[in-house]
Amino acid sequence: MSAQKFETMMAAPSIGIALRGGTLAFGEKMIFAGLDLDIPAGRTSCLLGPSGVGKSSLLRLIAGISPEASARSLTASDGGPLAGRIAYMDQRDLLLPWLSVLDNVTLGARLRGDRADRDWAMTLLRRVGLEEDAQSLPAALSGGMRQRAALARTLMEDRAVVLMDEPFSAVDALTRLRLQDLAAELLAGRSVLLVTHDPLEALRLGHRILVLRGDPARLGEALEPAGLPPRPASEPNLHALAAGILRDLAG
Amino acid sequence: MQAVQSLGRALISLALLLAGWQTLVWVTEVEPFILPGPWLVLLSLATHLELIGGHAVITLLEIILGLICGSALGMTSAVSLSWFPGLRRWLLPLLVVAQAIPVFALAPVLVLWLGYGLASKVMMASLIIFFPVTTAFLDGLRRTEPGWLDLARTMTAGQRRSGRWATLRHIRIPAALPALASGLRVATAVAPIGAVVGEWVGSSAGLGYLMLHANGRMQIDLLFAALFILAAMAVTIFFSMDWLLRRLLPWQPDTLPTN
Repeated sequence: MSAQKFETMMAAPSIGIALRGGTLAFGEKMIFAGLDLDIPAGRTSCLLGPSGVGKSSLLRLIAGISPEASARSLTASDGGPLAGRIAYMDQRDLLLPWLSVLDNVTLGARLRGDRADRDWAMTLLRRVGLEEDAQSLPAALSGGMRQRAALARTLMEDRAVVLMDEPFSAVDALTRLRLQDLAAELLAGRSVLLVTHDPLEALRLGHRILVLRGDPARLGEALEPAGLPPRPASEPNLHALAAGILRDLAG
Repeated sequence: MQAVQSLGRALISLALLLAGWQTLVWVTEVEPFILPGPWLVLLSLATHLELIGGHAVITLLEIILGLICGSALGMTSAVSLSWFPGLRRWLLPLLVVAQAIPVFALAPVLVLWLGYGLASKVMMASLIIFFPVTTAFLDGLRRTEPGWLDLARTMTAGQRRSGRWATLRHIRIPAALPALASGLRVATAVAPIGAVVGEWVGSSAGLGYLMLHANGRMQIDLLFAALFILAAMAVTIFFSMDWLLRRLLPWQPDTLPTN
């Protein structure tokens, strides 16, 4: 039954998001103004840019948790409300240290006063390879395992839009590659915006790659690499492209 | 093993202290009604065990009831203050000013209002506990990791009910429990002071009353025996609380090096 649900979940209709006139300023300092960003439905958009350019703020603006940034309009492609259709994943795992991994994964349901579907949570934990650790406290897990638990929690929310803020930047290189493959597999079919500082990560995971840079920051032309994500890290073409993006970022 | 070791260390310290005390009595040849030696105190403790025990039960009851009332009051007020910003603006400064009034100065009034019985002592202990519990818990409630709150906001967005209460219950309060535990430890250490001061000001029972009475009749050995029991009681309550809090918060490990 759980496997079947996984299938239907993947087939859920996805929505695109259109942001118009995004603005972020700290006092007199304008970070970006009049910024337009489209997140196409069912695809992964990766947002690259030098630090301090407002990538995270842009993502948080869409997530509805940014007190500092504002937008003229922020709409879903089907005309429905955005609230309640977005899942958010931070570069810190944000696991609650007093809850078991399983209880962390089902946190959303508890906060909403719903009954948590623990079977489904266990299915997700199995998918991220944490079935054995469902009852452990987060402190007992390694950094990579904690981030996998956070990924399971994000998937448990079952939202059409997933916003990820440098989700794999705090783990070692090998773990990062594995997590990228896992995320690409499990997030397929959703509208994903992934903020990263790693061009190779963007090239592996993104259908589209956007670069935010300049002062005030502007979005460049979207890059659409050939092939479907997750693209293998060993592809030489990918490294050439990454080098090009890095040069571009360095200005 | 570690518990046995720390108990051993405590016993050695105690033995050294008693030896020093006895030496002081021998060397200075001080009168027993000024400073009795530990042996005399022990004898007095043995002879008056029933008397001291009876009074100790009263004081223990005052301390525990005070701890319960004061902690409950402190926790309630901390949660209320965290929930209502208006309350925080108006009441918090008042609370700090109130704390500047020594509770000891209030003791006679409390006895006047609440009588010579348990109530005035429980009130004293509660008052003395209330502030450390409130401030420690409120501090914890204020310092919730912002990332957790962001996560909770995306999880509860678009709900008919606001997620504020659920966030308080499932995130803010559990996250503040280690801070509350610090407040409760302080409370446990000061609760006996509240109870005994209450007894000194006006009472007909309790270890404070017994000590005052013994002092008046030059029974200094009895006074010390009562004091010894009071100290033993306070230490036992403190370590029981400490043990309980550690058990209840296993996710908040002690990161200080042990040696």
